[in-house]
Amino acid sequence: MSGRPTIVAGGRVLDPDSGHDGIADVVIDRQGRIKEVAPGLLSQADDKWQVIDATGKWVMPGLVDIHVHLREPGHEYKETIETGSRSAVAGGFTTIACMANTIPVNDTGAVTRFMVDRAKRCGLARVLPIAALSKGLRGESLAEISDMVDEGAVAISDDGMPVMDAHLMRRGLEYSKIFGIPISVHEEDSCLAHGGCMNEGATSTRLGLPGIPNAAEDVMVARDILLAELTGGHVHIAHISTAGAVRLVREAQARGVPVTAEAAPHHFVLTEEAVGDYDTDAKMAPPLRALADRDAVLAGLADGTICAIATDHAPHPAQDKHVEFELAANGIVGLETAWGLTMQQVEAGTFDLMAAVRLLTSGPSTCFGLDTGTLRAGRTADVTIIDPEGTQTVVASQLFSKSWNTPFKGWTLPTRVHRTLFGGKTVYAWDGERGQVGAAAARAQRG
Amino acid sequence: MSGDEYFRRKDLLGLRFLSTGEITHILDVAEQFRGLNLRTIKKVPTLRGKSVVHLFLEPSTRTRTSFDIAAKRLSADTFSISGSGSSTSKGETLVDTAKNLAAMHPDIIVVRHRRAGGALMLSKELPDTCIINAGDGACEHPTQGLLDLLTVRRALGGFRGRVVTIVGDITHSRVARSNIWGLLKVGARVRVCGPPTLIPPGLVEHGVEVHHDLKEAIDGADVVMALRIQQERIPRGGHFFPTLREYSRLYGLNRDKLKNWARKDVVIMHPGPVNRGVELEPEVIDGEWSVILDQVENGVAVRMACMYLVLGGERAAAQEGRG
Repeated sequence: MSGRPTIVAGGRVLDPDSGHDGIADVVIDRQGRIKEVAPGLLSQADDKWQVIDATGKWVMPGLVDIHVHLREPGHEYKETIETGSRSAVAGGFTTIACMANTIPVNDTGAVTRFMVDRAKRCGLARVLPIAALSKGLRGESLAEISDMVDEGAVAISDDGMPVMDAHLMRRGLEYSKIFGIPISVHEEDSCLAHGGCMNEGATSTRLGLPGIPNAAEDVMVARDILLAELTGGHVHIAHISTAGAVRLVREAQARGVPVTAEAAPHHFVLTEEAVGDYDTDAKMAPPLRALADRDAVLAGLADGTICAIATDHAPHPAQDKHVEFELAANGIVGLETAWGLTMQQVEAGTFDLMAAVRLLTSGPSTCFGLDTGTLRAGRTADVTIIDPEGTQTVVASQLFSKSWNTPFKGWTLPTRVHRTLFGGKTVYAWDGERGQVGAAAARAQRG
Repeated sequence: MSGDEYFRRKDLLGLRFLSTGEITHILDVAEQFRGLNLRTIKKVPTLRGKSVVHLFLEPSTRTRTSFDIAAKRLSADTFSISGSGSSTSKGETLVDTAKNLAAMHPDIIVVRHRRAGGALMLSKELPDTCIINAGDGACEHPTQGLLDLLTVRRALGGFRGRVVTIVGDITHSRVARSNIWGLLKVGARVRVCGPPTLIPPGLVEHGVEVHHDLKEAIDGADVVMALRIQQERIPRGGHFFPTLREYSRLYGLNRDKLKNWARKDVVIMHPGPVNRGVELEPEVIDGEWSVILDQVENGVAVRMACMYLVLGGERAAAQEGRG
């Protein structure tokens, strides 16, 4: 913490939570909290204040990602809590919720505490662990959710593994009501997926790869909507990818069922065509789908059926990806491309800028009941500053993530993350040529 | 012959990637090698000093023997590596195995691999070695497709407007895929027939007629190609059909079905090995319709042509001829 007041001056403040859109100054107190957002506050500043000139920039709450994989403990060769946090702040994210599929699995309070402690030591971003629903993600018996919630877990999920046992899911939803937190579900009926490794369709036929039908996702979404209705527990559909699932969620929400959904940028940007000739950077679960599915996901984002964009940041180094397609690991890194890919949709007219910011801040925050993703007075000063005149060219070797598995290599995306503040402290800054994280970021911006 | 009809590729990965001219050209060259295989002395010095590695990471008898005979008749030195006897059984990756082999400077690696895209992967990794795909998962088996095309062409005299019906498990068959892409390119009409559980999606978009009724599928067909039910490749719990008996009842070919439903001069093919009494009754396998052994015979010539062409013998010869 800088220990002195800070003012982010002269930028266009976009805060979906308060509905604020206009030129204003953001004052941050010595404790790193938002003090006030209003025009004309710069006159309060004296030489003891840190002044961040945001003229011509967009100033918004730090982005919130409710679905990342940080791989620590257990798979530190893919990513660590520190490298994942660096990747987050470089992408404008200050809050990230990490899935439980580590080794050991985050199915006890001790593992949750380890993650929280490790993240605090890094001090770059707010890392919020997600508790496993079942012990060892085995889908057999409930994990000690209360123990993990006490240590800071904010949601429940067996992500990576579908919950095939409907009874376990039912009991999990009932049990989750003690804590008032959602169960985030990876919707894929593994019997229907039957070992498939990409979307089922003309492309899988051409490539001779086993396909996964949309129905594998749809039947699970339908089941969990019915279970949410039965129990009153909050079902959150992770990485929604099919037109059918979006329709089911929309209908259920209209009936008042407690169901929410998130979408990953790759599912609203790419289709199965991206697999090309066995490009393993286009292999993910759920798989990239057909054009009609992609368009349905975009429509769901535009009409509010889907409340959040979440990256499903899934780092895998070359050794896990540079193998036969059927053997390659699922997923891509997403934290450093999510903002730009979302902005592409703003430029395409799918939704407006405020809606885009909402999908990456108050949308996910509200969904998980977090107190971040807002510039309201009194909240932690997590602030992301965007340069609307800049662009971002995706270069794998320049990513802050430990892994470079992205199908967006070489893409040029609109706007650029200019600066990221976490608790009032600069944790990322663009120095004019490249991004700088941590102490280097603070130095880059001081001059 | 126009320049476009030469085969200029380093690798043979699949018929999907080839032009009509390239396919026709390979068949023409194979036709020449066919004659060689009927001579008393079957060996020519064409590939003397060249080495061919047969990297078979999945079981194979026919294809492997065929490749080996083809290479030896061209005077190449051949080396054979199989899945169980190689480092892949110790956990070495396909790419590492192939890179190690490539470091010994073979001229051609013939690869069979149980995963789709395996040969394509090697072709990208090994820029200085010719790769011939001898089957990659359910994707392609191009030399089988080519030998089938050669057999069809020899039986019918050409392809245009001819109807070829492929019967069986299309979903898990690389033979079906190579045949479909190849036959469509040379102008044949392709029908597939099997239970809906074994027909992959999107074939109609690719220009294939899909049937589930055998009678309809073979009505008027010039060629009927039965595929082997590959029980070892079908994932367990697939629920594709109840029993082999019922499969055979619906999709097996016997004398009566052919007599009643097919053209008199229909040609019956099968890539082998046949499950006698499942896809084909013995009377069909050994009957007057069958060209199954012609397929095997043509296989050697096609593989000789492919090895010759990927090594650029054609290019060199053409240049010499012009110079």
